[in-house]
Amino acid sequence: MKLEDKLFLVTFNADNQSHISVKDQAICAQCREKPCINGCPADCWEHEKEKNEVLVSFEGCLECGTCRIICPHGNIDWKYPRGGFGVKYKFG
Amino acid sequence: MADEKFDAIVVGAGPAGLTAAIAMAQAGLEVAVLERGAFAGSKNVMGGIFYRHPLDQLLPEFWKQAPVERAIVEQRYWLLGPNGHMGGGVRSQSFAPETPNCWSVFRSKFDRWLSEQAEQAGVMLLTEATVESLLQENGKVVGVHTSLDDGDLNAEVVVIADGVNSLLLRDLGVHPEIKPNQVASSVKEIISLPAEKIADRFNVEPGQGVSIELFGSFTQGAVGLGFLYSNQESISLGLGILVSDLARLKLKTSDILEALKEHPSIRPLIAGGKTEEYLAHLIPEGGYHAVPRVSGEGWVAVGDAAMLVDNLHREGSNLAVKSGILAGQTIVRAKEKGDFSAAGLAGYQQALEASFVMKDLKKYRRLPHWLESSPQFFNIYPELMNDAGTEFLTVDGAGKREKQNRILKMVSRRRGLWGAVMDAVKGGLKLK
Repeated sequence: MKLEDKLFLVTFNADNQSHISVKDQAICAQCREKPCINGCPADCWEHEKEKNEVLVSFEGCLECGTCRIICPHGNIDWKYPRGGFGVKYKFG
Repeated sequence: MADEKFDAIVVGAGPAGLTAAIAMAQAGLEVAVLERGAFAGSKNVMGGIFYRHPLDQLLPEFWKQAPVERAIVEQRYWLLGPNGHMGGGVRSQSFAPETPNCWSVFRSKFDRWLSEQAEQAGVMLLTEATVESLLQENGKVVGVHTSLDDGDLNAEVVVIADGVNSLLLRDLGVHPEIKPNQVASSVKEIISLPAEKIADRFNVEPGQGVSIELFGSFTQGAVGLGFLYSNQESISLGLGILVSDLARLKLKTSDILEALKEHPSIRPLIAGGKTEEYLAHLIPEGGYHAVPRVSGEGWVAVGDAAMLVDNLHREGSNLAVKSGILAGQTIVRAKEKGDFSAAGLAGYQQALEASFVMKDLKKYRRLPHWLESSPQFFNIYPELMNDAGTEFLTVDGAGKREKQNRILKMVSRRRGLWGAVMDAVKGGLKLK
């Protein structure tokens, strides 16, 4: 089963503002490993090669915090979504 | 709201926060619980086993009303190799049905129910309320700043129960940022199956279930564990991998889970099932040495926020409940004395040390570092043990002594006899 199909099963109430962001793209540009991309269980992170920027799609974030911990440069500003927004688990 | 002052504000409606709130409300304290989700439990994830003890001390016979799934009557431990597994387990009717030892549960349903018990005890539950920071005066925590419109709330004491990521403890400077080798990144799927199929596949009576802890080569050499729990009409299948190993070995938890579903020992158990939900969460893995200071001026920390997880026994929610109860009781005494200072709340740390929570974490304090520095348990032994077992039980004309020699050669070639002996000796010492 593809990850995108699994994520389709999850209920989200997406905010119009992101709760996660890169602090400094210059640091990401020099980061060879970019472990945030593989580390995220919901494929929220991607490397946009043209601009050489690391981008995040916060809408499908499962709020686990793996990116926050795995970033070797502490370069991710990570907060919880505002009250009521974000992932809403049926089972948990 | 700023004029009102609660005795206690609890941040986070998980098992730790809610039990702390219930313990305080039962003693007559004015308590508010702030939950960032739409309802208590909507953000909460765990593998899925909840123990009767110690919640039954706070809410006697809670399981007769609570939304539990199956009473676990058999706990299996499987060491997975590439082609199968070797395993053991304990099954006993004394685990059920009168006073079950533990159940499979869904946190989204269970925590919501627990929050209703808290409300009935007099707790004010505010949902959709994200706590953004702690209010402090002269080095003392005096309340919280929330995402609500009129967002500041004051209290004598704040119970920090905001989970494994605990941004509040970090901002308070209690512990530096969590290290990648102190947490596991975990993913889980809920896979639905009819109740009769589950009863047949796991050989259980209605309402009874099986837990299987999974170790082995499926983690691709990373420090990690998997689990498979039977629910009423579904299977919870998941795994956790140490975040530092995810980075080091460039692994993806979602890929490992997908491969695990295809493992020959797992596939028949979930065959024909339909995935209903996919979840992710961090699990504290640092053990005793990762536990931060748990109380201070006007605050206490409970549950995952305080990193209270016993990984070897995959116990977490029971430690959370115990810490919640002890924190609640400490605050009740602090209220009687009118002393919410660090000294007035210090009894919580002492009570935690005297309980099974810190005693167990202390017993296994050497485990996290040992596992992390012993990759052979994840990249050599699982396949070796399975191959040895298969060799021993395969009848191919070779005598049993010859079989024994083949196995010794296997061990010698892949790990070294001396290494294997030392692993066994060290294991005994590290867990004693």
